[in-house]
Amino acid sequence: MARITYISPAGVKTTVEAEDGSTVMQTALRNNVDGIVGECGGNALCATCHVYVDEAQFAGLGPIVDFEEELLDCTSSPRKDTSRLSCQIPVTGAVDGLIVRLPETQE
Amino acid sequence: MAPSSLQDAAPVVVVGAGQGGLQVAASLREGGFAGPVTVVDTEPGLPYQRPPLSKAFLTDDGGRSRIELRSAAFFDEHGIGLRTGTGVVAIDRTAGKVALEQGEFLDYGHLVLATGATPRALPVPGADQAGVVVLRTLADATTLRGLLRGPARRVVIVGGGFIGLEVAAVAAKLGHQVTIVEVLPRLMARVASPELAAHVAEVHRDHGTEIVFGRCVVALRGAGGAVRAVELDDGTLLDADVVLVGIGAVPKTDLAVRAGLDVDNGVVVDGRLRTSDPAISAIGDCANYPSHHAGRRTRLESVQNAVDQARHVAARIITGSDEPYRAVPWFWTNQFDLRVQMVGIPQDQDERVVHGDQVTGRFSVFRFHDGRLNTVESVNRAPDHVGARKLLATDLRPTAEQVRRAAFKLDPRNFS
Repeated sequence: MARITYISPAGVKTTVEAEDGSTVMQTALRNNVDGIVGECGGNALCATCHVYVDEAQFAGLGPIVDFEEELLDCTSSPRKDTSRLSCQIPVTGAVDGLIVRLPETQE
Repeated sequence: MAPSSLQDAAPVVVVGAGQGGLQVAASLREGGFAGPVTVVDTEPGLPYQRPPLSKAFLTDDGGRSRIELRSAAFFDEHGIGLRTGTGVVAIDRTAGKVALEQGEFLDYGHLVLATGATPRALPVPGADQAGVVVLRTLADATTLRGLLRGPARRVVIVGGGFIGLEVAAVAAKLGHQVTIVEVLPRLMARVASPELAAHVAEVHRDHGTEIVFGRCVVALRGAGGAVRAVELDDGTLLDADVVLVGIGAVPKTDLAVRAGLDVDNGVVVDGRLRTSDPAISAIGDCANYPSHHAGRRTRLESVQNAVDQARHVAARIITGSDEPYRAVPWFWTNQFDLRVQMVGIPQDQDERVVHGDQVTGRFSVFRFHDGRLNTVESVNRAPDHVGARKLLATDLRPTAEQVRRAAFKLDPRNFS
């Protein structure tokens, strides 16, 4: 289990319990966190689960593989240094306390 | 019909709690619909995603919760009645009621049919033996997962479409000996270009899978009630411990037929997704709709189609909008390291331009019909897919000549 905090563009924080083996995208959908669409169901095909990871936590998430890298250039809101697709961030004990900020738009 | 007042809106009943049915309910609430919303499905439990059933679910130890679309709390918090494990047995159009299995009735102001499709059965002797499976539901996937666990076995896949190929990839990765039998001369023949089909076949063969083209299955031989071999129409016998039948799906239309709605390869709807009764809509796998992108009627089985049609119907129920449905169709399949994406609906006779490199397996096929770009297939080139979706959503279409130019980029701004 891990606790994940989502911060909306307006600054509203939502913290939820995430299940190991799930993803940051899936956890948002299951807990009705607005601002993540996940149109392709978590297959890194659509770039509608874009998040900005907290700067201090970004490096701890592991590498971005090539197909995620390509899609990060296709996001609706601008890509930043800490951009990730939340469907590619697996939930493990290691991400406990993760904070992600949601972009203005996903589509 | 006047837009329904949000305060005393008439009840909406949705038949089917798949991706589309759930989305109708979710979009109604997102759009501020305040009337009663009930989703009914014969399958028990919370609604779940189907795409993982032919991929990660088969190798994962994860339980059902990993693929559930929403938590139980979602339905409570949004006042959505979820009635799973019970079917709708009849529609009384005059009274505006549906009858559930247990004899209960639900009133509706608007009814949405999202009943989905069911796998086509293999019409040959022996198809009912143990070890012969189809893949549609969580129960099917759980059965298949059990069969693929344990020692290496001989797996025969009947049908070289998306489901069959995805399962073939999983089975090969698990160390099973896999043979695909496809009656047509290439894989994914209804949707994929020859270039894409050839590449996918090569990747499967590289993983040790055999592909038999142009043959059909005439019988499944067995012993003691369990399948042992697949017999082809040229007399070949393929040893088999597991047979996955993936030869397409047929729309579930029984309810619509009994209610007297127009049915023809699915529940027939108009460009607004209304059935022959304007108080009833149909969406997703079960709906035959006039497609703007195909230029003809079609019935699509995809998450995108189910979700976009659901949103469209929800918006119409809330606002009374008369907008036609025009979302761009797109599809995907993952097999081994292949990430295949398609946007648009291909036509039989087309002209094709390939960009990228078929040797390294990163390329896109641009397909033209009557000189207009109408389909883009991408293999491990997601940016082309994202660009093509944006482009095909507009009325702008590059010519084949424009696409051939190496510097071509799929950005609508290039054509405006």
